[in-house]
Amino acid sequence: MSKAIEQRAIVVVGGGPAGLAAGIAAYEAGQTDVLILERDTQLGGILNQCIHNGFGLHTFKEELTGPEYAARYIQRADELGIERRLGTMVLDISQDRIVTAVSPTEGITQIKAGAVILAMGCRERPRGALATPGYRPAGVYSAGTAQRLVNIEGQLPGREVVILGSGDIGLIMARRMTLEGAHVACVAEIMPYSGGLKRNIVQCLDDFGIPLLLSHTVVDVEGRDRVEAVTIAEVDEHLRPIAGTEVRYPCDTLMLSVGLLPENELSREAGVELSTVTRGPVVDQSLQTSIPGIFACGNVLHVHDLVDFVSQEAAAAGANAARYVAGGSHDAVDSRGVPVSAENGVRYTVPSFVDVDAMDDTLTVRFRVANEYRNRYVSVYLDDERIQHRKKRVMAPGEMEQVTLKKADLAAREGLAKITVMLEEE
Amino acid sequence: MAQEIRELICINCPMGCPLTVTLEDGEVLSVKGNTCPRGDSYGRKEVTNPTRIVTTSVPVDGSKTERMVSVKTEHDIPKGKIFDVVQELAGVRAQAPVAIGDVILANVAGTGVNVIATKNA
Repeated sequence: MSKAIEQRAIVVVGGGPAGLAAGIAAYEAGQTDVLILERDTQLGGILNQCIHNGFGLHTFKEELTGPEYAARYIQRADELGIERRLGTMVLDISQDRIVTAVSPTEGITQIKAGAVILAMGCRERPRGALATPGYRPAGVYSAGTAQRLVNIEGQLPGREVVILGSGDIGLIMARRMTLEGAHVACVAEIMPYSGGLKRNIVQCLDDFGIPLLLSHTVVDVEGRDRVEAVTIAEVDEHLRPIAGTEVRYPCDTLMLSVGLLPENELSREAGVELSTVTRGPVVDQSLQTSIPGIFACGNVLHVHDLVDFVSQEAAAAGANAARYVAGGSHDAVDSRGVPVSAENGVRYTVPSFVDVDAMDDTLTVRFRVANEYRNRYVSVYLDDERIQHRKKRVMAPGEMEQVTLKKADLAAREGLAKITVMLEEE
Repeated sequence: MAQEIRELICINCPMGCPLTVTLEDGEVLSVKGNTCPRGDSYGRKEVTNPTRIVTTSVPVDGSKTERMVSVKTEHDIPKGKIFDVVQELAGVRAQAPVAIGDVILANVAGTGVNVIATKNA
């Protein structure tokens, strides 16, 4: 016996910072029939375990901790009475926006959504993706897992720690473990630059005298039952370990902070086109994916450094989804708009397409650069004409950049075929 | 007259501006490289009296949802007192219900700053 399919205007998949901001924005844009589906037992997502401060400088002009930042959005969602189902995991999203979910109390349910907002966030790149040599003993943790153990469960994963990868969570955990009484021997980073924010290197490593070993990686893990030591070596410009540079660090814990991957299993199953660079959906100016009525925002779209930008992006996705539902479906799209091309040191842009007629007066285009650069210009070209040229003293892959496009500029160009964002030396 | 030049990275926001602070006999002569006034004040403070906000978590008793409750120093404290703060918090347990902003430990480590909850529990 099958249950009747429930109909909802907007279904948000994920109740972290992106899902909350998207749901609130959709509601405030007039689509009050919003449902947030969250697999955890509470809203807030990863912010709940990010107990350090530094969130919300842009949004609230205050330095909040992760739980405080989340609480502001949860409170707003409560005030609006936005419905949420916790402990509810989405299993499938179909092309015609039927969302199938499961929960211990409701079993399997199906919801037909006017619009779906993907806000599933990201997950950590696991050890298996690294091909680290050596045994597979206990004591190897991803930094986020260790963060959850310490901050949510109240368990200390180890006492003598080596961290591989200088992503922000690894840097934050270097400080966190130190404050909890553990000793962090070093943070090894295979690239010649850190993957984390500079402020975190200062206040999480430098403050505690923890060395950051750039161009170094783990070449051996010892220990059968539990990690006993790791060996770290310097790498050459091809990232190959240099013989003779090995140093052995006795330790009981190896923490990995080696990158985050957007969690797009549901998107892929739905048939959403994914970018090979970001591993998130390819979206247009409204943050709509290749499937009409399915929008994406936050870390599932591309991994962010700052939750403030997640919230901004998600609010745009929510408002656009509300507009989509209000305007009736315009499913038959023959073109997604003018392509935005990332070139010469720019790895990708979000969005990838701009429909000039449909865009707002201004549009934020976010991107990441491929390398560490000093004194380069960020340039925007409309076809062959350069319309923006802004000098940046320092740019790094770990820090997201943005440019703002004006509708007036784009609309003034008849037959605009391509928008290019690139770096230039002068 | 000993002039000293200190290279810093501003930690006020994720911009991470590279700062050059020039001191003479412990007095700050100039801060360069900042893109906003917060960088100037950070540069001056960092070379004379560096401070940090400390965040950690303490166990909470009687909460239906949480085992730990996250906390922070309500204001920044002298950088040299970070470990005093966490040591003083080592034996502290919170009692549910806890609301964001509740004082968990007053005047921590003689800093005159309270440790407050950053999560409801």
